Amino acid sequence: MGKSFTPSKFVTYTVLIVWAVISLLPLYWVFSTALQLSEYEDEATGQKVSYVESVPPQLYPMGIPKYFEELGKANEAEEAGDTAKAAHHEERMDAIVDDTFSGFATLFQSTSIWKWFFNSAYIAIVVTLGILIIDTMAGYVLAKKKFPGRNLIFWLIVGTMMIPGQITLVPMFMMVQNFNLMDTHWALILPDLAMVFGVFLMRQYMLSIPNELIDAAKIDGASEWKTFWTVVVPLAKPALATLGIFTFMNVWNSFLWPIIVLNDADLYTLPVGLKTLQDQNLAIFKLLMSGAAVAAIPMILVFIMFQRYFIKGLTLGGVKE
Amino acid sequence: MNPSPATTNTPPTKPQQSRIKALLKTMWKERAAYLFLLPKMVLFLAFILVPVIWAFVISFQEYGVFESEWVGVDNFVKTFESDAFHVALLNTLKYTVFTVPLQVLIALGLASLIHPLGRFSQSFFRGAFYLPTVTSMVIIAMVWRWVYNYRYGLFNYFLEFLGIPAQDWLNQSDTAMWALIIMSVLIPPGVGIIMYLAGMGAIPESLYESAKMDGANAFQRWWRITVPLLKPTTLYLIMLSLIGSFQVFTQIILMTGGGPGNATETLVHLIYKSAFRDMEFGLASAQAVVLFVITLIFGVIQYRLLYRKGEE
Repeated sequence: MGKSFTPSKFVTYTVLIVWAVISLLPLYWVFSTALQLSEYEDEATGQKVSYVESVPPQLYPMGIPKYFEELGKANEAEEAGDTAKAAHHEERMDAIVDDTFSGFATLFQSTSIWKWFFNSAYIAIVVTLGILIIDTMAGYVLAKKKFPGRNLIFWLIVGTMMIPGQITLVPMFMMVQNFNLMDTHWALILPDLAMVFGVFLMRQYMLSIPNELIDAAKIDGASEWKTFWTVVVPLAKPALATLGIFTFMNVWNSFLWPIIVLNDADLYTLPVGLKTLQDQNLAIFKLLMSGAAVAAIPMILVFIMFQRYFIKGLTLGGVKE
Repeated sequence: MNPSPATTNTPPTKPQQSRIKALLKTMWKERAAYLFLLPKMVLFLAFILVPVIWAFVISFQEYGVFESEWVGVDNFVKTFESDAFHVALLNTLKYTVFTVPLQVLIALGLASLIHPLGRFSQSFFRGAFYLPTVTSMVIIAMVWRWVYNYRYGLFNYFLEFLGIPAQDWLNQSDTAMWALIIMSVLIPPGVGIIMYLAGMGAIPESLYESAKMDGANAFQRWWRITVPLLKPTTLYLIMLSLIGSFQVFTQIILMTGGGPGNATETLVHLIYKSAFRDMEFGLASAQAVVLFVITLIFGVIQYRLLYRKGEE
């Protein structure tokens, strides 16, 4: 924050900026490729030029300079009184806009991406709400109540957090088959509701809530249920925000289990849809990157809006010395 | 816990019975607690605990559509004797050995550079480095496949500036695994940076001031104070990164499919293939149990090493 700019500060900023550019470049490349002109007729040679697959790569969507180039020409022609020529250039401007967004247009017309988007969104919301309710209830009693079996339950839950999730793939697959849940969203929602990270997080947070507040409500004659909703839940709001965001992110991005239980294209979530999109269009990168952009935008927005809760969550659930 | 009057007043002839009675009494008194826990416990038992135990059971069986057969340790023998498993294990180890230390070091380095900055720069860089972490690995893998494209990819384009000849990174067996390693190292360790920054914020300023008075320069203060005091964070991050590397899957299935040949076959991809392509449920479960045990051993060794060093 100092006013003087020392050489060491210069080095610091250079390293950080270069590394940040490298880090964000792939994400930028998703959007740049999605919005790149697919092909465009070169006026001088009359040949079709492919921009997505050009050597060297075009580092930004070529539609932007092309659009302004045509705009300039259209204005020039108009000033010269050549309306036919102006109209020609305006037509080309429209074509450039259409071409720029053609990846998204194809995606929405010829795939079920709307359905995938809707499926991802509603599954993520249902699981998030469910987790918030049941994990807060569980975390509350594990932190604030003394009852036989409490420690056993807590250590059982913490212990399973270390087990790699892949170990349950086969048994879960068999269970889902036996219960006829293959190709249903229940097969995703129920196991997600069983995730234990939230119980751990809520318990850790609840430990910091003073007992007096809870006892006071009880002395006033409030029932357990009422105490929970009117005293405990409002006090736990910061932890709830954190847990909600992490749950939403995990469910939205979840991939391995959904590709196992979903076969019907109408039931896909976005990551599964993207995988099939890639399997079917291995080389059409404009289309693939458009799909990737559609899946990336919601999480980027959530992150920008709730950045501080992401940071709080990592440090809350993290190391306890 | 308040000892209930029942415990103190009962005749000494039936201590066993009265202890159970007292227990039941406390349980009844705290029945609300059990009700609050009920939904989570039902889900936890049905979708985590039972499947985990079941996985161990299946690993000793040969799965059949109508009836499964007990085969003892056959699946484990098959696992350890198969070349596919050796290759997958070695590939996973190679991936882990190169990515884990680099990811943690990069997180430490970047956090150390960010920490002394002003509030605005701090939150800017923290956000920039964390953003790729919130995007799905599916998206990241898809774009990197495009970045590594032989003819039109960004990666070869930048390498040519450095005078390195273009490679078909993902389709050559000697470069494919390196391509995946480079990608993992270049994805910023967002979680690590944030945790290190939190750790650095908790180190008391007075330590640095007294070191300064003793004539320690900036590097010495970092090496002698910051790094040792961040050891718990480092330990946690190594474990996290290790578990993540051992379970690498999404990149594999979307970028190489384990190929070319089996150059990028990893443990979880092998488990996935055994289970859902070959329908060898017993074998897949045995492989998953081995993965679990390896993860456990690594965790224990890691923990021991770092703590013993720290205590001397």
